[in-house]
Amino acid sequence: MKTAAGTSRRNFLKTTALGAGGLVVAFFVPGANRLAQAAPAAADAAAPFAPNAFLRIAPDDTITVLLAHSEMGQGIWTSLPLLLAEELDADWSRIRVEHAPAAPDYFAVGMPMQFTGGSMSTWTEFERYRRAGATARALLVQAAARRFGVKAADCRCENGTVIAGDKRARYGELAADAAKLTPPKTVTLKDAKDWNLIGKPHKRLDSPEKLDGRAKFGMDVQFEGLLTAVVARAPVFGGTVASFDASAARRVPGVRDVVQVPSGIAVVADHFWAAKLGRDALKIEWNLGPNASLDSERLHGDFLKTATDAGLPASVAGDATAALVKAATRIEADYAVPYLAHAPMEPLNCTVKIDKDHCEVWTGTQFQTMDQAATARITGLKPEQVTIHTMFLGGGFGRRATPTSDFVTEAVEVAKAAGKPVKTVWTREDDIRGGYYRPAFVHRVAVGLDAAGKPVAWQHRIVGQSILGNSPFKMMVRNGIDATSVEGVADSPYLKQIADHHVSLHSPELGIPVLWLRSVGHTHTGFVMESLIDELAKAAGQDPLAYRRTLLAEHKRHLGVLELAAERAGWGTPLPAGRARGLAVHESFGSFVAQVADVSIDNDAIRVHNVVCAIDCGIAVNPAGIVAQMESGIVFGLSAALFGRLDIVNGRVQQSNYHDYRVLRMNQMPKIEVHIVPSTDKPGGVGEAGVPPVAAAVANALFALTGKRQRELPLRATS
Amino acid sequence: MVSLTINGKTQQFDVPDDMPLLWVIRDMAGLTGTKFGCGMAQCGACTVHVDGAPLRACVMPVSAVAGKSVTTIEGLSADASHPVQRAWAELDVVQCGYCQSGQIMSAAALLKAKPEPSDADIDAALSGNLCRCGTYQRIRAAVHRAAELAKG
Repeated sequence: MKTAAGTSRRNFLKTTALGAGGLVVAFFVPGANRLAQAAPAAADAAAPFAPNAFLRIAPDDTITVLLAHSEMGQGIWTSLPLLLAEELDADWSRIRVEHAPAAPDYFAVGMPMQFTGGSMSTWTEFERYRRAGATARALLVQAAARRFGVKAADCRCENGTVIAGDKRARYGELAADAAKLTPPKTVTLKDAKDWNLIGKPHKRLDSPEKLDGRAKFGMDVQFEGLLTAVVARAPVFGGTVASFDASAARRVPGVRDVVQVPSGIAVVADHFWAAKLGRDALKIEWNLGPNASLDSERLHGDFLKTATDAGLPASVAGDATAALVKAATRIEADYAVPYLAHAPMEPLNCTVKIDKDHCEVWTGTQFQTMDQAATARITGLKPEQVTIHTMFLGGGFGRRATPTSDFVTEAVEVAKAAGKPVKTVWTREDDIRGGYYRPAFVHRVAVGLDAAGKPVAWQHRIVGQSILGNSPFKMMVRNGIDATSVEGVADSPYLKQIADHHVSLHSPELGIPVLWLRSVGHTHTGFVMESLIDELAKAAGQDPLAYRRTLLAEHKRHLGVLELAAERAGWGTPLPAGRARGLAVHESFGSFVAQVADVSIDNDAIRVHNVVCAIDCGIAVNPAGIVAQMESGIVFGLSAALFGRLDIVNGRVQQSNYHDYRVLRMNQMPKIEVHIVPSTDKPGGVGEAGVPPVAAAVANALFALTGKRQRELPLRATS
Repeated sequence: MVSLTINGKTQQFDVPDDMPLLWVIRDMAGLTGTKFGCGMAQCGACTVHVDGAPLRACVMPVSAVAGKSVTTIEGLSADASHPVQRAWAELDVVQCGYCQSGQIMSAAALLKAKPEPSDADIDAALSGNLCRCGTYQRIRAAVHRAAELAKG
């Protein structure tokens, strides 16, 4: 999901011009709020006033910011408005936020689609949202200048008010006049030294409605006449319905219909419980297809065999094979990570209402315009006839960014077949067993050290399914290399200075649907690289921190976070008996993160006591949000490091719910401390960058504790 | 017919006896603040109070709570003024927010039983409430803060 910086920069101007040209400073429409949007009648009433850009200002001074991206916990509900409000000189207390509809105005900067991912929202919108604010401000100033009979240059803005001498006008008072003016072609953005909002910690704007049950997630959409469906899907990926008997299901009170859709059999009922009981009562014969023999343990063995040979080159310099032979010491290691489910707290769901010439979709999605196009295909409508209402996402982590729009297309098929508005709801079991996993990977690595213990040869083979390869984004696979499989290795700072290195990739094609999971390739490459560096430090007889200092001497931002985290964690100072520290540093999504974990083994379980984290993400737009995202990424990474594992036997996923697909709980929570490196560099992403280092930090601490190196996730409590 | 008092309002529901309380609250009473997360009492997103005690509504047959008084997140306070809600706001706990109704209901029940909970009490009372966004550290701090706020 990364974009080449050059590409996005080039296309940025075009997109920005489009966005600024469409900027509307309109009157607020009472009732056009988020809750009303869930009711079709109210949404229709609001349609003529639907904004086509990034803000509207109401006579009561309320400023509504429209989000081109989805809020799924990562905090853009606050950070994007901060950017806009900064240039608008808005009164922060009057900011309101809404998800934008699916429309070209809200395409991601430089991309032909509207989506949320790649930790890109804040940094890619850094200019566009500021420009939107600056443009609105210019219009308000112009309107005020006319009203006051002064020059625009004699006006200044403060806290939602235009001031010229003793004359004052609030933005709400000026909105109607400003709406009649032509937006300026260019606006000047503030110098960083003049920022009042950017860089200061701000609490989340979505907090109040998430504390009293008001916040509406996709699951919470309700309206008169809406039915609920639960779908029986094949027990094996790619399986299809051979035959089914719905007679018992139809007898369940509350069941209204049973319909066949491409993904299985949907039971449509008055409410969830009837639909679920109806599904339990279905009798279905499945054509299981070729995936009925899939076995994840056997795949692991196959991957290891595949790694015997080099794959397609991903990053090559010099002659790694020859350099390995010449090296003073040779370290060889196989690493492995399993398939993982995202398991967001809100199970997948999607509500669809199809009319003759219009379709409405309510869901928590990261891929609005792809969902819109997919809905249009199935309903025979044009994309502009499909309204996507983005609801709050009860976690996304990538699962709600499916290039196939799987949970949306299925819900559209169900509503189409039922001929009624339907909310299709997945159970937790459906979610865990439903595929779209972080692929399992094997890494086989051979590293040669010189006599001083410095790596001089590096051979690295990666084996695992390609996420992009079987998706509509397959054109992003270049020369057979899916960058998301090798990111974090192919571009590793350690490899840059090794004259002889060879990174290669095997991308086996298998019937298991795979997808990006929070931090994507870095979920495994961060673990592998930072564990390996610890192995090399050990072989070189050096302290892990000192060893990294030497290797990263030319990489100031890596070094900066490493030193900060180590210092704050008291690296090298004694710990209570039975505890040990490990550290890791990794760059991802334009941000640099180092973490120090200290661990013990307690009652046959790994206990992580503390994680000290340092991040350099360039300009810290909302430091409070960055701290929260580091905490969040660490917990997400720890869940994977300590528990995350899906097993597939005879094509059937063995885990099904949180009892056997475990995630971190309160009693396992370490103390987390987050430090932000002050920076004026351009902003990087923060939603994912906290995840990659933590598994390695814990693995390295376990090695320091036990003397045993663990090269597979999840980690085990072996003393 | 099952009679339930939800947030002070007594209602009759024409539902099967084995229908979990969660779906009566959400799909029958239309109160969507109480969440569905797992359906097997593993995640705590559906936590409500029944006669003041915390309970996972997703596995509780409605017949088992007939005639009892149910409090959901919508009924915890009229204006988000419960000390737990105030502490949650002060410490900016939420992220995606999906689990937070359940977290807040578990925390409120804990404070009622133990006005000055220890970290071990918090572990015991809240380890049944999952948060995939990882807000546990703030939840812990907010429970302690709520205890202070409750003392006034």
